[in-house]
Amino acid sequence: MSVSLVLALIVGVLVGGGVVLLLERSLTRVLLGAVLLGNGINVMILAMGGVAKDAPIIGQSAQADQNDPLPQVMILTSIVITFAMTAFLLALAYRSWQLQGHDEVQDDVEDRLVATRKEAEELEDTGADADLEAAADAQAAVEETDDPSDDAALGRDA
Amino acid sequence: MTAADLVPLPVVLPLLAAGTKFAIGVRWPGLQRLISVGTLTAVLVVAVILLIAADQDGPQVAAIGGWQPPVGIVLVADRLSALMLVISAAVTLCVLVYSYGQGSADEEEGLPLAVFHPTYLVLAAGISNAFLAGDLFNLYVGFEILLVASYVLITLGGTASRIRSGTTYVVVSLLSSLLFLAAIGLVYGATGTLNMADMAVKLAALDPDVRLVLELSLLLAFGIKAAVFPMSAWLPDSYPTAPAPVTAVFAGLLTKVGIYAVIRTETLLFPDDDRVAAVLMVVALLTMIVGILGAVAQTDVKRMLSFTLVSHIGYMVFGVALGSQLGMSGAIFYAIHHITIQTTLFLTAGMIERVAGSTSSERIGGLARTAPVLAVLFFLPAMNLAGIPPFSGFIGKVALIEGGVQEGGWLAWLLVAGSVITSLLTLYAVGKAWSRVFWRAPRVAMPTPTDDHQASPNDIPGATLSGRDIVRGGDMPRLMTAATAAMVVLGLSFTVVAGPLTDVTDRAAVELRDRAVYVTAVAPGTVVRTPGGWDFGPPAPLPPGFSSLGAGDAAGRSPFQPPTTGGTP
Repeated sequence: MSVSLVLALIVGVLVGGGVVLLLERSLTRVLLGAVLLGNGINVMILAMGGVAKDAPIIGQSAQADQNDPLPQVMILTSIVITFAMTAFLLALAYRSWQLQGHDEVQDDVEDRLVATRKEAEELEDTGADADLEAAADAQAAVEETDDPSDDAALGRDA
Repeated sequence: MTAADLVPLPVVLPLLAAGTKFAIGVRWPGLQRLISVGTLTAVLVVAVILLIAADQDGPQVAAIGGWQPPVGIVLVADRLSALMLVISAAVTLCVLVYSYGQGSADEEEGLPLAVFHPTYLVLAAGISNAFLAGDLFNLYVGFEILLVASYVLITLGGTASRIRSGTTYVVVSLLSSLLFLAAIGLVYGATGTLNMADMAVKLAALDPDVRLVLELSLLLAFGIKAAVFPMSAWLPDSYPTAPAPVTAVFAGLLTKVGIYAVIRTETLLFPDDDRVAAVLMVVALLTMIVGILGAVAQTDVKRMLSFTLVSHIGYMVFGVALGSQLGMSGAIFYAIHHITIQTTLFLTAGMIERVAGSTSSERIGGLARTAPVLAVLFFLPAMNLAGIPPFSGFIGKVALIEGGVQEGGWLAWLLVAGSVITSLLTLYAVGKAWSRVFWRAPRVAMPTPTDDHQASPNDIPGATLSGRDIVRGGDMPRLMTAATAAMVVLGLSFTVVAGPLTDVTDRAAVELRDRAVYVTAVAPGTVVRTPGGWDFGPPAPLPPGFSSLGAGDAAGRSPFQPPTTGGTP
């Protein structure tokens, strides 16, 4: 089996771009990343079919000259699935924007509470002043995850 | 008609029913219930028939549309598939009844009927398809069906918290699907086939290093779905906010579909690779320990359960990594046990939320007095999960530990120690949760239920199926209690039928390790060129040494027979 270098390069660029976008905080960028990644993988499957030959229709060309139809069938299926996923992710991003005015992927608030609990409890034992301080710290940690502007700052580009 | 003709039904029936329900819309709730319950009961019956047939006559194979493998798609029900199918059908049926109880208790008819129940059936079809797929790309399609359904279910109602947790879940699942797709592309490029039986024969002829790359890329994709450390962080983040029945069925089945795929990969496609087995062992140990340490730190019951879910996935990976007769049998038994127990625990967590107004053990307490039945319903599966004898968790863990001891080697011993410690910490985590929620007097004033079923500030925010606040009546809806009790009984029954059940898992493990049974049953033909086109040729003979079940190995004994008797049925 021989593979076209151009296809291999396209796969590399698409997947690379997809991975970078997938690491973003904004859901719209994540979505674009998933689309790029999906297309990159589709091109890779196409490359797995070998070099391009004639259309695989019996009677139109000699069998030895025909392309392998199976990778193309797989790509068709995966395009349909990726398309549906794109639509669903867009709906999610839109709903997130409706509810919160942004589409940043948020931290888990409960998780942050558990993470800061130990610190808060230790301070609680040392006295009333520290107690208030600890409560303020825990509160600040939660608010940090709630506040869209902070998350936007994490996303470094909004 | 033979049993093989029934193989497509677990996929087709729920899909047909889902389509019918979408067409009916929100009319005739009685008929809708009948369709759902009837369909899943039919699937359960078919699954039991398939299990009996697969156990007695070998794998049942259905070539879809009459197209023979390797060109056509096949659905295969061997012992492992049929076992998983039976347990998934039983669990989905119980959870469906529970969701009806919850829907009617919350007086919600519109959205659950129009969206939740059809989507739930699509989920059931996807799970069945994944278990039955005999074709790698069809396995991908099965995964996609169940994932798309799960995306809808986890964001049901579209409330802020569900959208937040759903986003994490969708993005991670999307990535794992894309990785799986890429792995399929690579496998196809290397072997030129998608049929798993055909692939098993062709992979054996490949360069070992190429094989290693293919194996690891498939395992990576399945590892994310199965929530194996370090790809497990998404699970406790996204599961707890979904409605109780959704979390329960996800916790029970979705990760186990990933484990099923790992078992298939490691037995049928890539058996006996010591390098990968060592990696899997390390990963299993880390999954167990990191997961359970997370569970110990949690105060919220649902989050604690999510972490134990991740942790106990490690036991199954441990069994698969051992690869021996005992290990594989133990892994299958543990998967069956864990599906049931974890689902039951999440269902009871949903009841706790309904009765007490919260699942955080900081805010609630003393429920043993107000809801004694619930205290028992939580206690039994919790002890089962921790592996207290004589529950099935103990039986599964003993089988795995025995497999580890039989394997020997420092890594296996480390795993044995790790699984004992994990079991102890599980006991600590669930014991702490139980005593706080049910035993200890509440530390803060608990929200009081209102008797008039009117909206009040004490309502539980966003916990109904459609994400509205639960209007609290302080009582336990009878249908929900009955469904949960049925699941508890199912979990307990594994102890009663432990003998026959381990015999079946033993035979399933023998079948898995002797891959020739599966490949001969599917019998992928060869494609022959003819002047007018092409035709199917006879199946290619299996290469020598294909069956991984060596002569000395065949005497791998059952976990519950003393060493002297030897020999599996």
